[in-house]
Amino acid sequence: MAFSNEQLERYSRHIILKEVGVKGQKKLLESKVLIIGAGGLGAPAALYLAAAGVGTIGIADADEVDLSNLQRQVIHTTLDLGKAKVQSARETMEAVNPDVRVRAYQTFVAADNIMELVRDYDFVIDGTDNFPAKFLINDACVLAKKPFSHAGIIRFRGQLMTYVPGQGPCYRCVFKAPPPPDAVPTCRQAGVIGAMGGVIGSLQAMEAIKYIVGKGELLTGALLTYDALTMEFRKIKLPGNGSCAVCGQNPTILKPFDYEQAGCEIKA
Amino acid sequence: MTITVAGNKKDYPGALTVQKLIELENVEMPLYVTVSLNDEFVPGGTFETTELHDGDSVEFLYFMGGGR
Repeated sequence: MAFSNEQLERYSRHIILKEVGVKGQKKLLESKVLIIGAGGLGAPAALYLAAAGVGTIGIADADEVDLSNLQRQVIHTTLDLGKAKVQSARETMEAVNPDVRVRAYQTFVAADNIMELVRDYDFVIDGTDNFPAKFLINDACVLAKKPFSHAGIIRFRGQLMTYVPGQGPCYRCVFKAPPPPDAVPTCRQAGVIGAMGGVIGSLQAMEAIKYIVGKGELLTGALLTYDALTMEFRKIKLPGNGSCAVCGQNPTILKPFDYEQAGCEIKA
Repeated sequence: MTITVAGNKKDYPGALTVQKLIELENVEMPLYVTVSLNDEFVPGGTFETTELHDGDSVEFLYFMGGGR
């Protein structure tokens, strides 16, 4: 694949980097990233991945754009209110970069469709807002041997980790199983500073880009935490867990399953 | 004894278990925290019986569910 003059100019700040170059940019254009959740985390991740020239971006979300989303979900605008989030996200990504093919999935990601969804992608970004979804994405990615970025944000805090098959613990190694409903506050109950999605979602995009171009160290075997109030980032080493139910030596989870628990933005 | 908690060295008088440290440090959502001790997970249900020693390093890992 040869670059057009327009592409050479569009990606010039990438191509000039020795870690990316023409070769890395070509890898980005040939790559496929799936973003689950077009919200606080998914919006900035999708914008940066589209701008970076990730050739195929899948985006999955069942919701429509709501006024309370716009404080943080920067891929949607006031004009998009009521529109399907995946449609709004698609339009913005295509406007940012016509090189990108966007596949929009307006659906709840669940045990019966997630394996089909992740199968075709090189990297998955968890931009969901509830524990059942986060465990589902983890299990599916472990079972399908797909790398993915987990993240969570609340109030003035955020965290993320990266799973790459065979290179360290998965989300379930660390957190075992979802806490009971309402035991741990959600963004809807506790609030979140909008820019937190920008910080952590951008870091998820960074992990995807590094994975695709094959440069640098990923957050495998580490949890990066960020506290905006104290302005501290910490990289906490994560041990392995040989007894993990999905990636351990004797796994008991052999296919994805749904926990019965509503997310904070699922309407009653 | 000196324990490194979340990257900070702190002095504690007397014997200490993981459970006691969780209480002293006012850990949020103590029932749902994951603890690593010297880069190994402390199994759930053993916080009361896991004793800490001078020089140990403890990390608290928290559920963070938001994102959309």
